[in-house]
Amino acid sequence: MAVPILKQGPFLIASIQSALTDTDVLQLRDDVMAQVTRHRSRGIIVDVTSLDVMDSFVSRSLQGIARMTRLRGAETVIVGIQPEVAFAMVQLGMSFEDVQTALDLEEGLALLGA
Amino acid sequence: MAEATEARDDLLRELVAHLRDNRTELRQEWARRIGEAQLLTALTEEEIFSEATSVYDNYVEVLETGSVEALRGYARNLSERIIPRGVETDEVLGIVLLLRDVLSRSLFKKYPDDFNRVLDVYEPAANRIANTVAINFVTERERVIRQQQEAIRELSTPVLQVRERLLILPIIGVLDGQRARQLTEQLLRGIRTNRARVVVIDITGVPAIDSTVANHLVQTVDASRLMGASVIITGLSSEIAQTLVTLGVDLSKVNAVGDLQGGIEEAERLLGYTVISGTAPEKTEDRT
Repeated sequence: MAVPILKQGPFLIASIQSALTDTDVLQLRDDVMAQVTRHRSRGIIVDVTSLDVMDSFVSRSLQGIARMTRLRGAETVIVGIQPEVAFAMVQLGMSFEDVQTALDLEEGLALLGA
Repeated sequence: MAEATEARDDLLRELVAHLRDNRTELRQEWARRIGEAQLLTALTEEEIFSEATSVYDNYVEVLETGSVEALRGYARNLSERIIPRGVETDEVLGIVLLLRDVLSRSLFKKYPDDFNRVLDVYEPAANRIANTVAINFVTERERVIRQQQEAIRELSTPVLQVRERLLILPIIGVLDGQRARQLTEQLLRGIRTNRARVVVIDITGVPAIDSTVANHLVQTVDASRLMGASVIITGLSSEIAQTLVTLGVDLSKVNAVGDLQGGIEEAERLLGYTVISGTAPEKTEDRT
């Protein structure tokens, strides 16, 4: 299922609704990059609240998106990581060192200075 | 074969009758021996005597019926009452073995020529009784210990909100892998419920840390960050600091402050609070 990307002023909001296949993740990456270019966005929020598992491919891809958008001048914030997911991620050694994270959408927007 | 069983049953009946007839003396003798052996010192003499009576009656009943059901219930109940008083396993086992001794002596005196037959009838039941009492006591003890462990675990990891969006997690006592893990889970849930942005973990009350626990702390810091909260660790004693450095745990990502006060001040700074000492209360009253 494709991830809808909403434009909110200078920001983009990608809200993941259900578990993602690898193709979905790559599609999300391409869509985000295209939209950032089109709208000249300053920040992107990826909301993963509804994910109760996050495998290493998804984690790595999200990290990739964050790094790529930074090169286009847009900051990415991952929001809504669930406690269990956070714990599993650090145990897998995926601690998103260079990616911004926030509790939820509201916090993410605040972090981007909306 | 049937005859032998019958003879056994007859003898058993006789033994039980003998024990019933001499209930008072044997009970007193037993209580005296308990006192002599300095067992059950946590209980008063009257208590010992009344428990001794119940145990005695149960004992004779088991001999008679061969069923340990009632005794099991009583043993459990007795353990429940005496464990909080500090009665030890060896004492409980000791008094049951004493009773066995007292009763065998009395039986042997009555049947000086029939040792073997008496033993055949009496021993298996006596063994079963000792077994039942001991097992029930130990089981009950283990249950109490488990319950207490559970309680300590629950009590020892409170996640407290000090200010809007600021949590503190004081850790007291020894940290092991399991407790550290549970703590992390509790903290992460706390972050979500309280919408925390800063967490102060105070480990002043932790006497020592090994590399597993240290790495777990680092994981806690990382996981909290994934949920959008930054972590400040306070109260790392100089011994622990030394251990961590010697172990080579990578703490470059950990924000550490000397004591809890400093940690809370740092957290307030991160959250944009400024603490201003206000007007003294009596002056406010003047104004109204």
